[in-house]
Amino acid sequence: MTRKITAPFGPETVKSLHAGDRVLLSGKIWTGRDAAHKRLCALLDEGKELPVSLENEVIYFVGPCPAPPGAVIGSAGPTTSGRMDAYSPRLIDCCHLAGMIGKGSRSPEVVSAMRRGPAVYFAATGGAGALISRCIKKAEVAAFGDLGPEAIFRLEVEDFPLVVAIDCSGRSLY
Amino acid sequence: MSRTVKFDEVVEAASALCGQAACFLPEDVKKSLLAAAKREAGEPAKEFFRQYEENFRIAEADGLPLCQDTGFAVWFVEYGTDVRFDKKDIYAALEEGTRQGYTKHFLRKSIVADPLFDRKNTRDNTPCIVHLELVPGDRIGLTLAPKGGGSENMSALKMLKPSDGRAGVVKFVVDTVVSAGGNPCPPTVVGVGIGGTMEKAAILAKTALLREVGRPADDPRYAELEREILEKINSSGVGPQGLGGSVTSLAVHILHHPCHLASLPVAVNINCHAARHARIVL
Repeated sequence: MTRKITAPFGPETVKSLHAGDRVLLSGKIWTGRDAAHKRLCALLDEGKELPVSLENEVIYFVGPCPAPPGAVIGSAGPTTSGRMDAYSPRLIDCCHLAGMIGKGSRSPEVVSAMRRGPAVYFAATGGAGALISRCIKKAEVAAFGDLGPEAIFRLEVEDFPLVVAIDCSGRSLY
Repeated sequence: MSRTVKFDEVVEAASALCGQAACFLPEDVKKSLLAAAKREAGEPAKEFFRQYEENFRIAEADGLPLCQDTGFAVWFVEYGTDVRFDKKDIYAALEEGTRQGYTKHFLRKSIVADPLFDRKNTRDNTPCIVHLELVPGDRIGLTLAPKGGGSENMSALKMLKPSDGRAGVVKFVVDTVVSAGGNPCPPTVVGVGIGGTMEKAAILAKTALLREVGRPADDPRYAELEREILEKINSSGVGPQGLGGSVTSLAVHILHHPCHLASLPVAVNINCHAARHARIVL
């Protein structure tokens, strides 16, 4: 069975998602990779305000290709989530991040933070960037534009195919 | 007799290969993926294979990169000793071809200038990596194997003891691929270099990825070793995207080389299911 959900979403939706569920995600999400995560955590360290609000939001770990003429965005599949493990617990605990999208397993520290959150981790299909780009209806740089493909983008997605890989009870498919 | 090639023509060919490699999955890889899809029975593995197929069809039809990580441009060059350039040299031509190709074809620029300190993006995907082999004749063979970070990060190299032998090699390769889990975007193609020195084993492992997917090693002993390693990897259940299934790798390719009597170097280099490469002879 495939469920349709819309981002941003609150704790009730997070709690209703179970490892193994197939999901089609629509709505608005942020993008962010290593460099953007590092900057977000540095701002938290300095007690400064973040350039984007993460409450009830979803971050998609992706660094897209440039948009060819007439397209919203280039190829845009998930990157390896493990590189964000050092930062994700902080964003869940301090900023109430509700969801993450990437590929590959997460550390025990991230899973603990997801249980506290609550937060959910979705797997997108790695290496299917052309297919996923078709689900992205709008894309604009929201912060850290100097990072190029690693900038934070605001994406509007429609029926983005995902699998709940780790749920907020700590159940994992990995 | 020497033959003079035009710098600009090599640049243009290199630039075109960047676009071709990023957007068109080689036929042998497509065939291997479609065959592997039939061996999966459960979800979400079957769904992932459906998406892989749709993805390579969209990429080809729309000229979009198969994967947003269009990689480090790794060039394998067979350079005829009778070839001269009208200006500059092969290194400059590949550098310029990479720069133009990644820009012209809207590929992601993924290279940072310094690995440790400022990690600033060079914004044109240069420099590239060039493996140059001198060969007799007046031709240049150019193979581009763009390498994504997710799969490259799962590489490993170990200087085994000769006494570790065949079983030691099997264990090291299987452990490397299984512990990589979903990170390198399985189903993967696994390149293995055995022998030589440290750097030779690594280059053999990467070169092995260029072989037609699933074509066994010429030496039957190594072909048998490839079969055994593949079977052990696939019985792990890691599966597509690391979320379970019977196909974790499409193929294991081994290249070997003579080595020092004290050594048994083994290197593993992994390609994701978008096992990209493109070739032209000039």
